[in-house]
Amino acid sequence: MQRNSDVPTIVKIEKIIDETPTVRTLVFSDEVLSNVLPGQFAMVWIPGINELPMSVMISQEKGKAAFTVRKHGIASTELYSLKAGEQIGVRGPYGNSFTIKQGKILLVGGGTGLVPLMRLLTFLKKTDDVTLLIGSKTKNEVFFEKMANQILEYNKHQVIVATEDGSYGKSGLVTQVVENLLSETKFDAVYTCGPEKMMHKVVQLASSKNIHVQASIERMMKCGMGICGSCCFGEVLACRDGTVFDGKYLLTNKEFGLTHRNKAGMLEDY
Amino acid sequence: MKPDISTEVGAIKIERPTMLASGILGISLDVFDRLYKDGAGAVVTKSLSKEPWEGYPNPTVVGVKTGYLNAVGLSNPGAPYFAKMISLNKTVPIIVSLVGSIPEDFVFMIKQFENVKILGYELNLSCPHVEKVGLEVGDDPELVHKIVKSVKSHSQVPVIAKVGLGSSDYLETVRIACESGVDAITAINTVRAMAIDVETTRPILSHKIGGLSGSAIKPIAVRCVYEISSKFDIPVIGCGGVSSWEDAIEFILAGASAVQIGSALVDKWVGVFSEINSGISKYMEKKNFSKIKEIVGIAKKF
Ligand SMILES: Cc1cc2nc3c(=O)[nH]c(=O)nc-3n(C[C@H](O)[C@H](O)[C@H](O)COP(=O)(O)OP(=O)(O)OC[C@H]3O[C@@H](n4cnc5c(N)ncnc54)[C@H](O)[C@@H]3O)c2cc1C
Ligand SMILES: Cc1cc2nc3c(=O)[nH]c(=O)nc-3n(C[C@H](O)[C@H](O)[C@H](O)COP(=O)(O)O)c2cc1C
Ligand code: FES
Repeated sequence: MQRNSDVPTIVKIEKIIDETPTVRTLVFSDEVLSNVLPGQFAMVWIPGINELPMSVMISQEKGKAAFTVRKHGIASTELYSLKAGEQIGVRGPYGNSFTIKQGKILLVGGGTGLVPLMRLLTFLKKTDDVTLLIGSKTKNEVFFEKMANQILEYNKHQVIVATEDGSYGKSGLVTQVVENLLSETKFDAVYTCGPEKMMHKVVQLASSKNIHVQASIERMMKCGMGICGSCCFGEVLACRDGTVFDGKYLLTNKEFGLTHRNKAGMLEDY
Repeated sequence: MKPDISTEVGAIKIERPTMLASGILGISLDVFDRLYKDGAGAVVTKSLSKEPWEGYPNPTVVGVKTGYLNAVGLSNPGAPYFAKMISLNKTVPIIVSLVGSIPEDFVFMIKQFENVKILGYELNLSCPHVEKVGLEVGDDPELVHKIVKSVKSHSQVPVIAKVGLGSSDYLETVRIACESGVDAITAINTVRAMAIDVETTRPILSHKIGGLSGSAIKPIAVRCVYEISSKFDIPVIGCGGVSSWEDAIEFILAGASAVQIGSALVDKWVGVFSEINSGISKYMEKKNFSKIKEIVGIAKKF
């Protein structure tokens, strides 16, 4: 389908799936977004409220796409609270995507950072040996565990959950689990998306073992298409040069893991 | 011999005639560094205000069939913060864009840049979507006169006025700016415009009305450059819809000594500067021009 991707297209929410008490998946029909590459995002217009960048989630139905949103501030709470039948505008897809390697693959996701990784799972080969690591604060905030196991049904795989309070799965920070995994197993590639401090640690750990590692970066986004400058991240623009960057590059970026810009463009510490 | 694509906008000398337009990617020195390496002759900062501004809620920038519509609301980190950031700059030719509503705002901001190496100031007298600044200033001849006068008396570097199409005759704004001592004119800013989504029946931008940029406004901008440079003896920088070397040359033929590029970055990304620079160079070679100066305004002789 041809469309000018910068003009919002109106879609209707068809289904809402409760993932956790604070996270929902909104499913809608859109041929273009149903086919995006893993890591790409859309700008999502909540009419009368705001417009937010959202990673495009998979939907198991053909021609459908989804967003998985955590209710947080005003805009995401409005998006989270929409009902089936209500309309949103989508533009995009924007951004690059993960470079997909084969072999022993480790994916490390935190919170809604799991969204692009779920799409990445659907792009892996049946011969890949996949480990998905899900990091969460506590048991009732864990989501996508079952879906990941389903997607990976025919792969050699394991889905590991780590909760910070130890209420489910392994106890402690995901990065500790990553450290243990990397010392036991030789992975061919590591992909991560989630809180930047977490990604920073994952990139450091994987790089120290010379493993191909990529992370998807979040920054304040206004245009999504590379002109407003609000998402600048060192000398690159998260929306246009990213959101996915190689670990090798990230470790040279002086803002990675340390600072990001607020709505006025001033640097703030993480 | 390879043509010389360096150019002069009054006292402002730049190696290449393509500049980054104000408001586009303009908040970090690292990005400026990159764009300069990528071929921009100079970069213009986002329009800076006395204090940091968050700008409007999203949607602030969307596409329309023929270009782009924005009402970012002049979000910027404020002049003091920005001056500190770019005080580390060694190599990039930076033009600082300023926005304010009274002469004192501008004088305050200029003080911040006293010890920072910059090429000049561009006064934004033409932002079409923020009240009490921009076009509302440009539309008030008395205020334009006062602002330009005080900026000129405090600035060590050349001062450019950026004009646009407001509710008064823009040529009147240009005349007053010239009489008040401005060194050059940038024309034009975005043109007040709007898009309404038929499905939800709502205006798309959160601010409802914004500014149109991109190819759609190029013929308007070319006309303005032509008119300004025909009526006034002042260097002009062309801006509005430049996305190829042909567009850039068209502006130069109309009377511009340099061009600014904004929306074209969406399609062509940061490679747009070197692409246009080399197109200009090839054109000059083919037509036997050796300096940009030889082309500026030659369409006016017809
Ligand atoms: C590429 C990308 C993909 C994303 N994918 C998802 C996703 O799949 N699911 C999900 O729940 N969230 C996702 N987010 C985060 C989401 O865009 C919002 O930041 C978040 O929902 C909070 O917004 P809010 O307006 O409710 O919060 P607010 O209270 O208004 O803001 C809280 C914080 O959210 C961030 N934020 C707000 N607006 C923006 C914006 N326009 N751009 C970037 N950050 C902003 C800022 O850090 C801000 O300080 C993604 C962000 C990016 C950049
Ligand atoms: C997202 C965006 C932000 C802008 N912000 C400013 C600004 O802060 N100050 C200003 O003088 N012009 C601003 N402009 C206008 C541009 O500098 C330029 O005049 C206009 O976009 C026309 O050029 P173009 O067609 O090459 O984009 C902005 C334009 C866009 C698209
Ligand atoms: S969000 Fe505007 S440049 Fe990236």
